[in-house]
Amino acid sequence: MEILVCVKRVPDTSENEIAINKSGSDIVRDDLVYSVNEWDNYAVEEAIQIRDKVGGAVAVVTVGEQESEEVLRREMAMGADKGILLSDAAFKGSDGKGIASILKAEVKKGKYDLILTGAQADDGAGQVGGMLAAMLDYPYASLVNKIEVINGKKIKIGREIEGGNQEMSEIALPCVLSIQTGINEPRYVGIRGIRKVASVEIPVHGAGDLGIAAAAVGEGGAKVKRVDYFVPALGKGAEMLEGSTEEIIGKLIEMLKAKGGIK
Amino acid sequence: MSQQIFAYIAHKNGKADDTALELLVAAKKIDSSASVTAIVAGPDAVCSEVAASYKEVWKIGIDAYPNAEVIRRALVKVLPKGAIVLAPHDTFGMDLCPGLSVKLDSAYLADAVGFEGIENGKLKVIRQEYSGMVSTHVLCDISGGAVITVRAGSFKPDEAAGAGGKVLDKTGDAGDLSETTRRFLEIVEAEAGDVDITKSEILVSVGRGIEDKDNLEMISDLAKAVGGDVSCSRPIVDAKWLEKARQVGTSGKTVKPKVYMALGISGSFQHMGGIKGNPFIVAVNKNAKAPIFQFADVGVVADILEFVPELTEKVSEMK
Ligand SMILES: Cc1cc2nc3c(=O)[nH]c(=O)nc-3n(C[C@H](O)[C@H](O)[C@H](O)COP(=O)(O)OP(=O)(O)OC[C@H]3O[C@@H](n4cnc5c(N)ncnc54)[C@H](O)[C@@H]3O)c2cc1C
Ligand SMILES: Nc1ncnc2c1ncn2[C@@H]1O[C@H](COP(=O)(O)O)[C@@H](O)[C@H]1O
Repeated sequence: MEILVCVKRVPDTSENEIAINKSGSDIVRDDLVYSVNEWDNYAVEEAIQIRDKVGGAVAVVTVGEQESEEVLRREMAMGADKGILLSDAAFKGSDGKGIASILKAEVKKGKYDLILTGAQADDGAGQVGGMLAAMLDYPYASLVNKIEVINGKKIKIGREIEGGNQEMSEIALPCVLSIQTGINEPRYVGIRGIRKVASVEIPVHGAGDLGIAAAAVGEGGAKVKRVDYFVPALGKGAEMLEGSTEEIIGKLIEMLKAKGGIK
Repeated sequence: MSQQIFAYIAHKNGKADDTALELLVAAKKIDSSASVTAIVAGPDAVCSEVAASYKEVWKIGIDAYPNAEVIRRALVKVLPKGAIVLAPHDTFGMDLCPGLSVKLDSAYLADAVGFEGIENGKLKVIRQEYSGMVSTHVLCDISGGAVITVRAGSFKPDEAAGAGGKVLDKTGDAGDLSETTRRFLEIVEAEAGDVDITKSEILVSVGRGIEDKDNLEMISDLAKAVGGDVSCSRPIVDAKWLEKARQVGTSGKTVKPKVYMALGISGSFQHMGGIKGNPFIVAVNKNAKAPIFQFADVGVVADILEFVPELTEKVSEMK
């Protein structure tokens, strides 16, 4: 099975506090640690496991700037066979549709049976997979937490729905699936693995190579534009306990007792 | 010009979801003079229920399990050009809406939490990024129509019912409603665990801040000391450190304890969506800016690995 996995380089929120710059135009990016979007790691792991079972190859692709190459290498160190970087000044400022149409152009250059994305990325949209499928006229399922290959024409999938229940379906290939966390346990990637793929050549495709009209993507083509970042008005906001740890614990225990939090 | 807005009504077991009323409020927030039409792909019972609050309800008579692929095809057929479509940002909305916007050739905006009016054909929307750590204003060009998913709980419904709306059957316009490339098989119910956290009065809930499986012991020690049960956020289950039945949130359990202690949990909306009944929430997090502090009643900025054992010790001493 030929599998393409879409991955995105995002700020690692477990490593960073996200702060907003003075003008509110962006988050402070200077000291951010970046990594591959959490959901995409599960998608790549799943692709590798499918390949190891039924044969074929796994390619990983990203739309981004030169630095995004590092996440492709990381996923190749995990076991992906190939990386593709889609990069062009014209892509900057693309909205979800822009990203999906760039990915679509790359999909059209290959012959993939299965295309995987993460369920969502850093801005929580969860849109690129569904858009890509619709643009390709491929079937789609989101939030997939189980894949079973039946044959070269169809697969059985589970979608995670509310309450943790699972919706089982059969879906025809080629198709696009967005992958939910927990579907597998992504393997660990050590420095050694990354070193091994450090010099593998990664092709870079731009708007020209993909036959994309520059005006259709990027900021100009975007119907959705972020204006600014701000810190949300605090809801009711918590009463913050301050003082020495001992004082804090003293106050907290009083409150817990009053609210029935200690039996 | 007033907008024509459509609200996609989620329903289950013949009853409309809570979001049905919220979408009406959201639509009025986009444009107070909008004409708002509910779309029900489902049974008559849901149509008449919804007609109590919407002036117009379009029915698409589907009685099979909702398949986003089938419903998308039907909506593309019945919706007018340039329509603005609202749907809940739930697992069905996420399945349906991105592709629907492509097929309608309209803008797509996911997970709106607020609307701030329309200016020059552009709707100003409030969203969140980085699981709620920052908010953003986004401009969405709705001049060619838009599909917008709305976060549950963001628009409080008013009680005003009695719209006495009419139900129009659009099934005839919806085309072929049979499954084609994606065929529904069955629902596999989530497994029950050894505790039922939906019944617990005190929950000691742990998130990714616990860092390592071995550290979970301090959480169960605290739970024991206060007489509560251990629950958790999703990453703890994904890592297989605790069983799925202990996960709180939209894709886990809905709990309604008296007291909820969130330890090393950031407070994403999918997690908070599983906490009902207005419990007393205590949050301990090392990041003073964590969104959980917006929802909590009382907060402590601390490292749980140090704070929790000390708290447990004091609680035990006191007893
Ligand atoms: C469709 C869908 C459904 C989902 N359903 C659910 C669901 O049902 N339940 C759920 O929980 N999530 C759900 N999620 C995932 C959700 O979006 C978040 O990713 C998740 O809730 C984050 O869990 P967390 O708060 O434990 O981790 P993080 O967001 O990583 O937060 C960890 C927190 O711990 C703090 N911390 C780190 N170390 C320490 C320390 N030593 N001491 C104190 N604090 C520390 C950090 O500051 C941070 O705030 C769902 C996602 C999707 C897309
Ligand atoms: N720039 C990008 N390059 C490649 N894939 C992307 C990009 N942005 C989003 N995706 C894919 O789409 C998924 C969902 O992201 P989003 O729709 O942005 O929430 C991600 O998990 C990726 O698989």
